[in-house]
Amino acid sequence: MTSASASLGKNHTDMSSLVGGVLWLANQLKYPVLGCLCLLALWWFGGYLIKNDPDLSAFAAFAPGPTFSALYALVLSGELVQAITSSLYRILVGLLWGVAIGVPVGVLIGYVGIAMKIANVPFQVLRMISPLAWMPIAVLAFASWDAAIIFLIVMASVWPIMFSTAHGVRKIDPNWFKVARNLGASGPQMLSRIILPAIMMDVVAGIRLAVGVAWVVLVPAEYLGVTSGLGYAINDARDTLSYDTLAAIVLVIGVIGYCLDWLCGLLVKRFNWHLED
Amino acid sequence: MGATISLDYISHRYQAAGPNTLVGINNCIKPGELCALIGRSGCGKSTLLHMMAGLLIPSEGCVRINNKQVQKPSAKWNMMFQKASLYPWMSVKENAALGLLFAGVSPTQASEKIDGLLDMVGLHDKKDARVQSLSGGQQQRVALARSLATEPEVLLLDEPFSALDAFTRSALQEEVPAICRKLNITMVTVTHDIDEAITMADRVLIMSQNPGRIVDELSVDLPWPRRHMDHKFQHLRDELMQMFVQTETPDSQPTDTSISKTVAA
Repeated sequence: MTSASASLGKNHTDMSSLVGGVLWLANQLKYPVLGCLCLLALWWFGGYLIKNDPDLSAFAAFAPGPTFSALYALVLSGELVQAITSSLYRILVGLLWGVAIGVPVGVLIGYVGIAMKIANVPFQVLRMISPLAWMPIAVLAFASWDAAIIFLIVMASVWPIMFSTAHGVRKIDPNWFKVARNLGASGPQMLSRIILPAIMMDVVAGIRLAVGVAWVVLVPAEYLGVTSGLGYAINDARDTLSYDTLAAIVLVIGVIGYCLDWLCGLLVKRFNWHLED
Repeated sequence: MGATISLDYISHRYQAAGPNTLVGINNCIKPGELCALIGRSGCGKSTLLHMMAGLLIPSEGCVRINNKQVQKPSAKWNMMFQKASLYPWMSVKENAALGLLFAGVSPTQASEKIDGLLDMVGLHDKKDARVQSLSGGQQQRVALARSLATEPEVLLLDEPFSALDAFTRSALQEEVPAICRKLNITMVTVTHDIDEAITMADRVLIMSQNPGRIVDELSVDLPWPRRHMDHKFQHLRDELMQMFVQTETPDSQPTDTSISKTVAA
């Protein structure tokens, strides 16, 4: 009897926590879902207007219905996965180069005052050049199209990472250095135990900004000679007048961009050492 | 084992053409002695302490610890600052173990030692806590454990209790000298609080300002723990205050370590 009532009590608790979890999730998602439904409604309304306008009816495939059908076909054919893989590979390699260059240079110009004074103007000038402006130079300088695209991604991502890192180093509490020196920290220990953990949050925030810029640059960069990637797929769909496929890929680019930003947000949270209420 | 600190003819100026911050500092602190440097704000007592820690090199003269000239910081002469300056991405235990990790001690060995030290400073139940969740007094206790972890011969305190509430300050003024006496650590504390100097030190060095020099000293021979209401404590406080006021007179002369005023317990 006691065992049966205990089991009943446990089931009741499990059910309560499940219901609580579902309610929490529904509460968290209600506004984002509402926003997405509004966007979908606007999209549908735009498609409806285009379809009923004799001048624009050739573009009716941009509407949600044809777009989702094309998306389904792209997934089934495996073309979408291939395009996403190629694009993500270029973004990843470009970002890795951006981090490999941006973080050490950022630490240097953040830590050594004179280095910042020397580098600030030239770096600000370079930062202001649109990454796409490097396209002709990239084509001339690199043997493969892939390398040229990755170069453009690096030029897009290195500045936010570098300046965010430098900003992180500059705001480190000077007492942390004094205490670490007092405890006998060597140069490499100061870097690995004090500087890097202190600035990780700023580095990841810089990466988050860089991902946003790099993702925007990727699509036009993939118009360059390559035969894979989301940018290429958009170009190809435009040339073959497959507007439903074009719209499906645009949708995928937006969703993946959002997911990348969300992942970066999680990383920022992970490395944030500020005590939150 | 505590170390001998020799201050040999130290003068210092921050800018080559600027005025002297310190002039003719010449004193010797014995192994295991608890010493307080007292003076008005800006008299150079923190500067002198930074020199003892190896964080600043004097323009003239030198600091020697156990006859070895201090030229850089070392975990053997450790300093506690006014701010605890703990690292917020580390737990209490990780903060306390930092000096040991810098010295190449394995995390397992460091962990055992830190457990004991955190017990000693009364933080045994906060080992895994985030340092930002601690009170100011608890943060200074972590800083104390961090300083003691490397088994220093000298502990240098740069007004580490000045930002704490009265109750916590009073508790730490009693506990820190007790720990130093137990571990036979030479302690030098900088303060502008006369009560704190008498509560914590065996000997008080009085500094004048513009330029900073040691102008007098007072031996404190009171039993531990020291009680503020004790009449001998009060007598010493009056005497120290009088000496302190005299330092403001223009004819104050540097002291010699052989001339000390002692009030027996």
